[in-house]
Amino acid sequence: MRLLIIEDDRDAADYLAKAFREVGHVADLAADGEEGLAQALDGQYDVLIVDRMLPKLDGLTVIGTLRSKGIETPALILSALGQVDDRVKGLRAGGDDYLPKPYSFSELLARTEVLARRRGGREETVYRVGDLELDRLSHQVTRAGDEIVLQPREFRLLEYLMKHAGQVVTRTMLLENVWDYHFDPQTNVIDVHISRLRSKIDKGFAQALLHTVRGAGYVIRDSK
Amino acid sequence: MTALGKLLRTTAFKLTLVYLTVFALFAAFLLVYFAWNTRRLITEQITQTVDAEITGLAEQYRQGGIRRLVFVVDARSRRPGSSLYLVTTRAGEGLAGNVGSLATGILETPGWTETAYRRLDDPDGAEHEALIRVFQLPSGFRLLVGRDLEERERLHDIVLAAGRWSLAIVIVLGVAGGFFVTRRVLKRVDAMTDTTRKIMDGDLAGRLPIAGTGDELDRLATNLNAMLERIEGLMYGFKEVSDNIAHDLKTPLTRLRNRCEEALRLAEDESQYRAALESTIEESDALIRTFNALLMIARAESGQARDGMTEFDAAEIARGVGELYEPLADEKGIQLKVEAPAAAPVHGNRELISQALANLVDNAIKYGAPDGAGGANGAAAEIVVKAVGDGDRILLAVADGGHGIPEADRGRAVERFVRLEQSRSKPGSGLGLSLASAVARLHGGELKLEDNHPGLKTVISLPRAPSVAAAS
Repeated sequence: MRLLIIEDDRDAADYLAKAFREVGHVADLAADGEEGLAQALDGQYDVLIVDRMLPKLDGLTVIGTLRSKGIETPALILSALGQVDDRVKGLRAGGDDYLPKPYSFSELLARTEVLARRRGGREETVYRVGDLELDRLSHQVTRAGDEIVLQPREFRLLEYLMKHAGQVVTRTMLLENVWDYHFDPQTNVIDVHISRLRSKIDKGFAQALLHTVRGAGYVIRDSK
Repeated sequence: MTALGKLLRTTAFKLTLVYLTVFALFAAFLLVYFAWNTRRLITEQITQTVDAEITGLAEQYRQGGIRRLVFVVDARSRRPGSSLYLVTTRAGEGLAGNVGSLATGILETPGWTETAYRRLDDPDGAEHEALIRVFQLPSGFRLLVGRDLEERERLHDIVLAAGRWSLAIVIVLGVAGGFFVTRRVLKRVDAMTDTTRKIMDGDLAGRLPIAGTGDELDRLATNLNAMLERIEGLMYGFKEVSDNIAHDLKTPLTRLRNRCEEALRLAEDESQYRAALESTIEESDALIRTFNALLMIARAESGQARDGMTEFDAAEIARGVGELYEPLADEKGIQLKVEAPAAAPVHGNRELISQALANLVDNAIKYGAPDGAGGANGAAAEIVVKAVGDGDRILLAVADGGHGIPEADRGRAVERFVRLEQSRSKPGSGLGLSLASAVARLHGGELKLEDNHPGLKTVISLPRAPSVAAAS
């Protein structure tokens, strides 16, 4: 995955670049809005990571300009402003995701990878992971042919996980996308939902599909 | 600026001048019109009278010749209050009449003229003005008939004098009145200006004086006072918040630092360093969460969140939060129920209300069930999340069956970082109730802690949003 990181804080930028490279991605850096815009227009990036407050040209303007030129590269906005209205503003300006600072790198990584894959644009009606099948239209879930009954929320949770099959999905992402909540529940409510789901789709089957990734989140994948 | 200068530049005074000018012009116009028309009327009357006389006299001349004419003119001249008559030969010799001397050349000019004259019986007296008509008789004699203009001129003078006097009085009264009124207005405005200056210099409690007349200045003052009230509140809020935040964050930061220092001192191998680093990250995360919660409380208290307000259904929020926490409650042997039968419209910040309710539910799960499954009286532990209407208010309530909070402690429990005895051992930031309380207040409501017999019932009371026409 090729990334462009537009961040004026030297330390943060270097840290991110190094962290992404360690995981096997390519990361380019830009230190201000103008440079970032120029590079984004030129290079072919999979995801842009844009700090909101930038010298010369602020992050939202950079993204807005790209969008007005028809460049649809997914953009993740990093910002110290973390309230819902700031998030809404960021997304409205053309951003695809919004992560308030401070963030954990695993959160950033998970979201970036999800954004990168989104470019595929395929909208399938049936998700498959291993022998687990989820039909988005009929809301039926089966594993090895046997039907599994899920509550509506459990269904949505599984749907989101399977949509990003093979990618790490963090608790915050789940809270935002499955529950539409943007606050931080102090306790790990999500974990319990996951374990309930796990008991329905993994218990009794030889192979576990829903895995916990320590310090990051969850992933559903066929570990063959 | 001198006091007089200030006075002259006020809107009130300028307005007075404008009105004064308009009225004066109008009054002057009226006067002139009146004077001109009366003058014209009188002149018309005179000309009509004189014409009639001349026609009559000409007839006399025709009937009886010059002798007859002279006779008639003589008779008429002697009557008191009569018109002016003069009959002359072609050469200008007077034959009859009461006109003594005339301005030269008048007799040569036929038709109407205004001229000075003297009366025959008063040759050395003053000159008068008359409107005369000279008529040429066929045999060369000349007939002159006219009337004195004294009346007309006198009326004219009276009207003009009246006009001048009244104009003068109007102007004087107007300006004086203007001064007087303006001075009063200026005094009130100056009082307000003084107060605002004092307020800006730092006396935040200052308020504008209200005269009690209910006029526009009073209304302005009342509204400005309300604004000052809010600003004062906000300023104190900010000050308090920044004081609190500084204080509240120093403790965990110090703790963090100490742990790191300790690790540097005591750790010997990689696994110990690793453990220290991991614990540092954990502490930092907890600190960040605390900081975010404090920030949210600050936003709620300072009214910043007012911009993000929309109308939504609190019942929906209750169902959502209940559904989110239900598995967690279940795992602890608590049954979580949601009672939200009807729509509960509120106008507010969705995120904050959700967070507040979540905090209450979280608390109920953490502290609302006595240790071990089963409630105090042996029944299954239960938490009920309710969203109900109560007249013009909407109540979001979380009721549990735990130990509750003794009435004496309820006030304290809402303060920041207060952990009551029974909960000190459990993890948590101590900010849950503070945030819920701040959010309730932001929305014009309040957080109440009540006895649930047994247990605790926390209620967020919010004003009900005015009902909107049912959409799709």
